[in-house]
Amino acid sequence: MKRNIFVKLLLILALLPVFGFSQDILSGGKVTGNIQVDAQYYSEDSKLGISDSSLNYKKFGMNGFANFIYSNGDFTAGMRLEGFMNPMLGFDPRYEGFGVPYWFAKYKVGTLEMTAGHFYEQFGSGLVLRSWEEWTLGYDNNIYGFNAHFSPIKGVMLKGLVGTQRYFWEPYENSNRGIVRGLDGDFFLNDMFEGLAESKTKIDLGGSFVSRYEKVPNKTFSRDSAYIVINELGDTSEWNQRTTYQYNLPYNVGSWAARANIANGGFNFYVEYAQKGNDPNATNNYIYKKGSAIYSTLSYSTKGLGLFLATKWIDNMSYKSKLTESGNPPMLDINYLPAITKEHPYSLATVYPYATKQNGEFGLQWQIAYNLAKNSTLGGKYGTNITINYSLARSIRKDQVSAGIPVDSTGTDGYKTKFFSIGDLPYYEDFNIMLEKKFNTKVKAKLAYYNQTYNKNVIEDDIFDDINIVHAKIAVLDLTYKFDAKNSLRTELQGLFTKEDDGDWAALMLEYNVSPTWFFSVQDEFNYGNPVSDKQIHYYNLSFGYNEGSNRFSVRYGRQREGLLCVGGVCRYVPASTGLTFTLTSSF
Amino acid sequence: MKKLFLAAFSLFIFTTAFSQSEIKTLFNLPSVDIKNVKGEPFNTKSIANNGKPVIITFWATWCKPCMKEHDAISDVYADWIKETGVKMYAVSIDNSRSSKSVLPLVNGKGWDFEVLLDENGEFKRAMNVNVPPHTFIVNGKGEVVWQHVGYLEGDEAEYLEIVKKALKAK
Repeated sequence: MKRNIFVKLLLILALLPVFGFSQDILSGGKVTGNIQVDAQYYSEDSKLGISDSSLNYKKFGMNGFANFIYSNGDFTAGMRLEGFMNPMLGFDPRYEGFGVPYWFAKYKVGTLEMTAGHFYEQFGSGLVLRSWEEWTLGYDNNIYGFNAHFSPIKGVMLKGLVGTQRYFWEPYENSNRGIVRGLDGDFFLNDMFEGLAESKTKIDLGGSFVSRYEKVPNKTFSRDSAYIVINELGDTSEWNQRTTYQYNLPYNVGSWAARANIANGGFNFYVEYAQKGNDPNATNNYIYKKGSAIYSTLSYSTKGLGLFLATKWIDNMSYKSKLTESGNPPMLDINYLPAITKEHPYSLATVYPYATKQNGEFGLQWQIAYNLAKNSTLGGKYGTNITINYSLARSIRKDQVSAGIPVDSTGTDGYKTKFFSIGDLPYYEDFNIMLEKKFNTKVKAKLAYYNQTYNKNVIEDDIFDDINIVHAKIAVLDLTYKFDAKNSLRTELQGLFTKEDDGDWAALMLEYNVSPTWFFSVQDEFNYGNPVSDKQIHYYNLSFGYNEGSNRFSVRYGRQREGLLCVGGVCRYVPASTGLTFTLTSSF
Repeated sequence: MKKLFLAAFSLFIFTTAFSQSEIKTLFNLPSVDIKNVKGEPFNTKSIANNGKPVIITFWATWCKPCMKEHDAISDVYADWIKETGVKMYAVSIDNSRSSKSVLPLVNGKGWDFEVLLDENGEFKRAMNVNVPPHTFIVNGKGEVVWQHVGYLEGDEAEYLEIVKKALKAK
């Protein structure tokens, strides 16, 4: 009898996994997460001028994070561990360390959702408030505090938040940075009013109010009779005529935005307008002028055709939670000013990228995407895609506030401008065409052409003149050949042609894929047209990657080209380097 | 007694291995407020397909392998629906810089997937996505049963196999 029970117990034990796996182990709770580790070992490279001492003897860089989310019904809690030991090249050394810069607990009761801890949030398109993170950029401006979302009736979403923002590893204490407070409302009229429920026109209205409180520093500045600011050493010839002034800095800086989205059939129109109060800060050269911005998009689309038009106008809209903060990497941003140019996926098309100029910029973009249908004369058996895109960024008009006071003079109103005025100085222009065609079950091709104008002084150094403009033409051919269901070869052939800057480039990439497990690639970007013959360098790379479900491991050896890495219009400077890079990412 | 224990132990090993080779639940779809492609509010709990499997891809207009993945699936999507009744949600993580150009792009490309906008990465974070493309397969009960990072030419064949397994497991 005893033996019988033992047998049954064993059988239950043996069959347990069958039942067990279909249920949650932690009685209703579940832990998920992801991990990514990037590690680089740097080598000396005399061609790139890299030696152990230029690397500050930091031969090894490692950036890593691990996210854990626990969820159980309406309760969620999570945290992210980060480690930078040492930060990889191109990341600010102030990131060095290991810790938990992000944790939160969230609870949902009915239509109220409360978050305590760190959170990311966006009001409208972000013109007055957006907190977000982008690991590849080392960008994180999360807010630490409270955030509530509440929907009192159908079609209405209200948000409120208060908190302080992340600054590397430095905790918020002794008012070392400002406090951010915000309110936002979204009103979907067709959901709110029954009479509009059936209407073909869909209208969504929204508005935000954001304010920053900061215990302002007691700050003075000195300037000479020509409005030139004199530093403490008194290095201008007029130093003996200087006058010292006390800044009149506001403790509270408010901003607001209003937005509307109207859709009807294939049409969609969006507009958001924002204003910011007087906010002298290190980014705008301490001027007292108010700021404003407008961002608007219009699109029409139907199956096979998409038309898109966007414009924006930005005037003195840098908004940070600490007025003395400026420069790179961008930290403590309260708002987000989207760059209006298109982000390109091919490497030579991103040699000259664009990022928003927060102190003043006019931007325009249009795009046509057209699909020549399958089995049509021009479309061929599999159809053909054509995308044409154009974007432009220019200065806005800035007039003197009064005769004798130069534009942007510290401690003045800075400048006068008219709403939506367009200035004379080009920042960026990009015209591009892409054709995509599948010829048969084995061969696919993409052909792209880009014509870019890049104002290097403005974009890279904030020097507002037109004496260093780069005109570049880029051509790309991307061919995929499929041997069978699992094996394929992809080649990318690229050329960049310019008479300015570093001259012409050519790039070739071969990538062999075995789906769904591994890939191997060789790549070379060759700056053959560099006017300095010592700088005609091959930036070669060998990579190998292995995928297994949600685990991915890759190794790369080679040279990294110096340049700007941009995601979403925010850029990070990446210095040239040579070495071995490992990447491990995993989700569970 | 020893033999019996051995037999039970080997059965234990066998059932463990067996249950692993079958489709298993990784986690439930989280509830996150994002938007549909027209900018209207959309809660991710409403990702559903009348009890049939769903494919969720995370992508962006600037992500090269994502565009390849979608073009490849677009070619066979009608066949997949006929064969399995599967539905695909393509979640764009484009931020406000390019999110408004997603709808005209999707239409211009002629894709038939449901498209969602996750402008500030709320859904992306809740699903533990590092970089796009990242693809999930959800069974008819709203449980994520499979995930995959990256896209290599031909990967879509595996998606279809998993979808078929998820259909059978029901």
